[in-house]
Amino acid sequence: MNRLRRTILFMPGNNPNMIQNAGVLGADSIILDLEDSVSIEEKDAARDLVHNALKHVDFYGCEIVVRINSPSSPFGIKDIQVITKAKPDAFMIPMATEEDMEEICKLVGKIERKEGILENTIKLIPIAETAYSIENIADIISASNRTIAVLLGAEDLTADLEVTRTKEGQEILYARSRIAHICKTYKIDAIDTPFADVDDFEGLRKDTIRGKGLGMTGKAAINPRQIEIINQVFTPTIDEIEYAQNVIKAMEEAKGKGKGVFSYQGKMVDAPIIDRAETILEKAKTAGVI
Amino acid sequence: MVINKPARAGTLESSDIYIMVQPNQGQGIEIQLDSIVLKQFGKQIQNVMRQTLKDLEIEDIKIIANDRGALDYTIRARLETAINRAN
Repeated sequence: MNRLRRTILFMPGNNPNMIQNAGVLGADSIILDLEDSVSIEEKDAARDLVHNALKHVDFYGCEIVVRINSPSSPFGIKDIQVITKAKPDAFMIPMATEEDMEEICKLVGKIERKEGILENTIKLIPIAETAYSIENIADIISASNRTIAVLLGAEDLTADLEVTRTKEGQEILYARSRIAHICKTYKIDAIDTPFADVDDFEGLRKDTIRGKGLGMTGKAAINPRQIEIINQVFTPTIDEIEYAQNVIKAMEEAKGKGKGVFSYQGKMVDAPIIDRAETILEKAKTAGVI
Repeated sequence: MVINKPARAGTLESSDIYIMVQPNQGQGIEIQLDSIVLKQFGKQIQNVMRQTLKDLEIEDIKIIANDRGALDYTIRARLETAINRAN
């Protein structure tokens, strides 16, 4: 596990005050947004601001992702041409298709070579926000070897499906499950859709737990006040850590006695339980809680 | 690069700077700066602007700026945007 992506926070790309404070808010990743949060008239200004911010602002180790405009819009390609030079960690691609991913991968590679940036430095995160992209997400992921995660975009997806978006999220159960399973297959992160009501913290906690329960590995936030709860849900608890440590300890004792299979707290421990314990401890270490 | 027409960029929000640029053919660089931190950082803001103009090879320009506590990267970005809009 190289990097945790528990919370990935959206920040408007044309707001200096928010950009320069983004690194101290506790999110694992920051998305500097050039798309929906920026008006058409200010697309150029946001691009210049994000470009300069990437070169000069200290984000204190946060992963920096830039959400570009759609590659089929008049702005998307220009976003990549300008921003790649400032080496963001990743680009986030709205409404991504297989063709978009291939084209962007090639363009980024070309600019990396021209600018003397180590090839494959800049990664890609497609947003799955149409019925098409949910169904074809495996092809979209594999269209580029730069793909490190997928973000589920439920607002656009439910609009595409012509269904009502609810707090309970029954309408996105399939999309969440599908993305979680396919991302796991490709060993990349599955980032859950943001929770839109920024004043409903109990709702946020339930929604985050629901996504985690289906296999999502992190969640997008649209307000800094959402970070703490999302981080809590995706960080192993003290009980989970203690259990995992005890399982590993029991495994080592059993190995010492030459036992292949052993029991802990009356239950047989086999490979999946050990794998789970190791994953919990790895996550806890990366999160700095052990 | 030449300034062909008036243009502006930025906002008057906190941590931002509002910049207007105008052609100044043959008259060199002229900067009118108003800032909430003029006494402390007026010189530094002007230095950032002049360095940005140098990098963009602009010799004739009139800049009118109202700074609301922008950091160097914002000053540079807003000036670049205004200049690009002035072409």
